[in-house]
Amino acid sequence: MTREYPIGKANLEVFSDTLQGLAGNDRDIIVVTSDSRGSGKLIPFGELFPDQIIEIGIAEQNLVGVSAGLASAGKKVFAVSPACFLTARALEQIKNDIAYSDHPVKLIGISAGVSYGALGSTHHSLHDYAALRAINNLTVLAPADNFETRQSIELAREMDSPLYIRFGKKPMPHLHGENTEFVIGKGIRVKDGDDLAIIATGECVFPALLAAENLEKGHGMKIRVISMHTVKPLDRDILAEAATACRGIITVEEHSVHGGLGEACAAYLLQNGYAKPFRIIGIPNEYTVSGSQTEIFNHYGITGEGIAETALNLINIL
Amino acid sequence: MTTDELQIKAIEYRKKLLYYIKHAGAGHTGGSLSCVDIISTLYNKVLNVGPDNFKDPLRDRYIQSKGHSVEALYVVLADCGFFPETDLDTLSRYGSDYVGHPTRKVNGIEQNTGALGHGLSVSVGMALAAKLDRQDYKVFTLLGDGELTEGSNWEAALSASHYHLDNLTTIVDYNGLQITGTTSEVCKTDPLDAKFIAFGWSVEHVDGHDFEEMVKIFNGTPFRKGQPSVIIAHTIKGKGVSFMEGEKKWHHSVPNDGLYREAMLELDKKMELIR
Repeated sequence: MTREYPIGKANLEVFSDTLQGLAGNDRDIIVVTSDSRGSGKLIPFGELFPDQIIEIGIAEQNLVGVSAGLASAGKKVFAVSPACFLTARALEQIKNDIAYSDHPVKLIGISAGVSYGALGSTHHSLHDYAALRAINNLTVLAPADNFETRQSIELAREMDSPLYIRFGKKPMPHLHGENTEFVIGKGIRVKDGDDLAIIATGECVFPALLAAENLEKGHGMKIRVISMHTVKPLDRDILAEAATACRGIITVEEHSVHGGLGEACAAYLLQNGYAKPFRIIGIPNEYTVSGSQTEIFNHYGITGEGIAETALNLINIL
Repeated sequence: MTTDELQIKAIEYRKKLLYYIKHAGAGHTGGSLSCVDIISTLYNKVLNVGPDNFKDPLRDRYIQSKGHSVEALYVVLADCGFFPETDLDTLSRYGSDYVGHPTRKVNGIEQNTGALGHGLSVSVGMALAAKLDRQDYKVFTLLGDGELTEGSNWEAALSASHYHLDNLTTIVDYNGLQITGTTSEVCKTDPLDAKFIAFGWSVEHVDGHDFEEMVKIFNGTPFRKGQPSVIIAHTIKGKGVSFMEGEKKWHHSVPNDGLYREAMLELDKKMELIR
C-alpha cells in the first residue's frame, strides 16, 4: 500500500516557528545571525523579540566566536547562518571556540546541502558532515521532516553540549505518525522490511521511502527505511539490527559520498563483522551539476526511482 | 598590593615561568616575558576575579587570545591561588591538564585559546551578555601584535563598537616581534591606534612594564562611554633577561643549562637591587 505523505512546511520555517514559540517563555534564548535573519525566516522573531536577536553582519567567524562568549555567560544561543559558510568559513571557531571549549551553542546551518541549487557550489554544503564528524564534542543532526525539526530544536534548547543542525528550505512531506518517539542519537525506523535496509538522513529520507514503495510494488521486496537524523553520534543499535536482519544496506545523504553518513555506517559495520552488500548514495566527488535541488537530486539518483535502481543492482549481486 | 610588591612579583613570576619552561622543555619564553607584567597587573590590581568567585556570573573575565604565552598566565593564576603551583610540574607532560595553550580544564581559565584571532570575538560575546543582562562586569582580552593580522580580530572589533561595548577592554602586547621577524617586516599593522579609532574604539598607550602607569590606565576604562577601549601596551619581548630581550629566536626557545643559570642569576641580582 502506498502511504500518503501530506506536504508540510519547509524545515527552515518550522525551525523559526518553534524558536518563536520557545523564546517568549525563555529569555535566555538568543538568536545570532550573520545578515541571515531573512534567509533564516527570522524576521518575525526579530520583531517579536528584539532583545533576543543579535546581528553580527556578514562575518561568520565572528558569529561563532561571539556565540561562544554568549553561551559561556549562560545564554541558550542559536547561531544561524547558511550551512555552507557556517561550517567552512567558521570551521576553526566551531572546533576551538565551541566544541573544544565546550560551550553548548546550537549551530544552525540553513539552506544546507544543495538547497541553494543553481547558486552553485559556493553555496552548497556537501562537506559539513565530514568536517564536523571529525570534531570531538559535537552532535550532528539533519532532521527529515517538520516533526523531526521541531523535536530537534526543542531538545537542542536544553542540551548542555554543542550541536549542529542542518536543514533545507523546501516544503517537506510529513513522514511520521503522531506517537513517534524522537531521541537524539537514535534513528527512527520509518518503514519495516527485511530484504534491504535504506538508511537515509535529512531531506533524503523521503526519496528513500518512495524507493522502498517502488520496490515493494514492482518487485515485492520488503524494504526497511531508517531516518538517521543524528549523523553523529551514530545509532549503532539500529544499524546492527538492520545489518543482522537485512540482506544489504544502502545509505542516502545530501552530502559528498566522502566522510558522511555512508562512510560512518560502513566503518561501523565493517569493524563489527557485518560484511553485507553496501552502497553509498550521495553527491560524487566532481564539479556538482548545476540546477535546482530537485534537478541535482535527479541527476545523482537521489529519487524514488534512482535509489530503487541502485537497490536492484545491489540485490542482483546478492 | 603596592607597586614595589608588583615589582618583586615581576621578578618572581619571570623566574617561575622560566623554571617551568626549562622543566617542561617547551614553552613560549619571549612572549610570556613580554606580557607577564600585564597579566600580573590585571589579576593583582584590576580584575574582580579570584578562586573564590570564579563561578560567580558577575565576575570580571580575562581572555588570553595570545594563548601561546600561557606560561605567564599559569604562574600568575597559581600565585592567585587558583591551583597549587606544584601542578605546573606536569606542564606539557603526558596526561597533564597544563598544556601549551590555555584550556578550561585549568581552574581560572575562561576559554580555550591558542589558534590566533579567536579571543576577541568570544570576549565580544561575553561583553554582550553583560549588556543584555544589565550587569556591570568587565571583560579584558589580551592580543598579540603579530596576531592582529588575523582578519577575525577586525570582524570582532567592528561588532564591539557597533554594540557600544564599553565594558570590553583589549590590551595589545605590542612588542613588535613575531616568530619570523619584526611585525613591520612580516605584515605591517601600524598605525594600530588609527586603525582602532577608525573602528570606533578609544585608545590609550601604556608602558607594559610600568605598573604604576598600567594600574592607572587599566582601571580607567572605559576611556569614553559607549566605546570599547584598546590599550596598546609597549612591551619588550623577552623582557627581564638581557640576552632574550628583543631577540626573535626566544619566541619559543628553551634555554640550555648554562643560559638558564645566567638568566636566573640576572633575575636574582635584580631582586637584590630592589629589595
